[in-house]
Amino acid sequence: MRMKDRTFGSRVFDSVNIALLFLFGMITLVPFIYIVAGSFTSPEEFISKPFLLFPTHFSLDGYRYVFSSNIMFRSLGVTVFITVAGTLINLIFTSLMAYPLAKKDLDGRRTIMLMVTFSMLFSGGMIPTFLVVKELGLLNSYWSLLLPNAISAFNLIVLKNFFQQLPEGLEEAAKIDGCNDMRILWQIVIPLSLPAMATFTLFYAVGHWNAFFHAVLYINDNTKWPVQVWLRQIVILSQGGVGDSDAFDSSYVTPPAQIVKMAVIVVSTIPILCVYPFLQKHFAKGAMLGSVKG
Amino acid sequence: MGLIAEAASELNSRQRLRSAAVKRLLKNRWLYLMLLPGVLYFILFKYLPMWGVLIAFQDYSPFSGFLGSAWVGFDNFLQFFRDDSFGIVFRNTIILAVYNLVFFFPLPIVIALMLNELRIEMYKRFIQTLIYIPHFISWVVVVGIAYIFFTPEGGLVNNLLVQLGGQKINFLLSNEWIRPLIIGEVLWKETGWGTILFLAALSGVDPQQYEAARIDGASRWQQLWHVTLPAIKSTVIILLILRLGNFLDSGFEQIFLMLNAMNRDAGEVFDTFVYTSGVQQGHFSYATAANLFKSAVGIVLVVGANYLAKKAGEEGIY
Repeated sequence: MRMKDRTFGSRVFDSVNIALLFLFGMITLVPFIYIVAGSFTSPEEFISKPFLLFPTHFSLDGYRYVFSSNIMFRSLGVTVFITVAGTLINLIFTSLMAYPLAKKDLDGRRTIMLMVTFSMLFSGGMIPTFLVVKELGLLNSYWSLLLPNAISAFNLIVLKNFFQQLPEGLEEAAKIDGCNDMRILWQIVIPLSLPAMATFTLFYAVGHWNAFFHAVLYINDNTKWPVQVWLRQIVILSQGGVGDSDAFDSSYVTPPAQIVKMAVIVVSTIPILCVYPFLQKHFAKGAMLGSVKG
Repeated sequence: MGLIAEAASELNSRQRLRSAAVKRLLKNRWLYLMLLPGVLYFILFKYLPMWGVLIAFQDYSPFSGFLGSAWVGFDNFLQFFRDDSFGIVFRNTIILAVYNLVFFFPLPIVIALMLNELRIEMYKRFIQTLIYIPHFISWVVVVGIAYIFFTPEGGLVNNLLVQLGGQKINFLLSNEWIRPLIIGEVLWKETGWGTILFLAALSGVDPQQYEAARIDGASRWQQLWHVTLPAIKSTVIILLILRLGNFLDSGFEQIFLMLNAMNRDAGEVFDTFVYTSGVQQGHFSYATAANLFKSAVGIVLVVGANYLAKKAGEEGIY
């Protein structure tokens, strides 16, 4: 424990530090509050008070507009599917490969490790990868969003190192009891690695949820677009309206574009942020796993 | 006679070796089976594209395919170097990379040091939780928020400028503002997350060192300077090497999202150029050559930075 330091200089140091960090925290927070508040503001209030952080006239007009056509529902569905399926594939592929590589006496292990490490230093780049995906016939199919990123080399190495630290005795005992390696991985190693698994789940899931570029690259059919691609169309390119004006009665006025944009941002961001509190206690530790040794 | 016996025994031992290897292979058959999907993945999606970079030396046409296209040597590279866009792309990439190094690299270290000095555990955890969040938000959302804030049509920042008696500025469609905006977004999104590794390094410092420093009469600043900073020096150096290795990677998704016809001259970087000329215009070979040039420079930078770090007596990354 650090000793209490109660000199004047030290107190000034602490106060300035606390204040500066508060400022930094607010810089992080205020854009979120602004977006969320704006998305719930009534059009009249939004136009009359442009610096609003706390709306006094709540309104769901932005959201009603966003969900008046089925584009948002469908793209959210695509994103949920890609995130769940993609994360499962990531976890299965990564742990299946990491486990044998954690065995120090396996023939060929060094070669494969070299292959993995080299792929982190050098890659074919966008065009050759695109051509491979095209040649495999994956364009316009969800597989193009799932398979080309099935394993992150970095996560693989971290998980391999994590598996190596587990006590070997447990696995040997299971082997004597007649377990094969697959069952050992599934019933002993994975349950022992839950903190690491939680971290990877979070990282992979966030990656899938937030991915838009692969869809831009590989998917032309806009009924298969994940929500982030629509988000880009609506918020950044200001194209491709999501609302269906027929869904409203004639007296209805389309809400200002800014409100709609904010509502779309909230809808596409909140679900993934809900994962954060559940896994948060693990990820700081998990992020450090990688720093132990590469 | 002796020769034959020798040959026979060598054959014998080689066979024995081979059968031992086969035995090990059989014993570990499950392990190899488990490796199979991963190895296939790396071959298919990592090594096949690596082999595919050879189209940089071809006049690749999708109709003739990789095997049917004509080889042209370094023509694509020479054409790229002669192009006007080469100068623009090279300059923009370097400028953004330097901005990144100067503004983005030190900030997480500073914030981590500040967090480390906090004595109120609750407050520290609160700030940490807060500043990690933007890392989990997509670039589309971050750029989208920037658009909402900076648009001249009722954006917060321009409204403020007008209220303060200033003129509206078209931040999003100008060559002068794209770089500050890009760096600002990176700072906002990744600074908090960047503190994690430094905080981990800081948590390893022996508290007795602070105690000793205090007994010697060191002020808070002196403790920071003489105890804390030396403790994270090697982490800083390793991350600096890694950063130099990715020096030319300016964050493709983000820049792709920020670019438009009005700010392309200041914002186009290697990665976005590869996309535009390759995927959008269909110049596959030309774009791959540009990408390969960038990768080659990148590898030189990693090796160079690592060499320098070892020269300076640090551990390096390999």
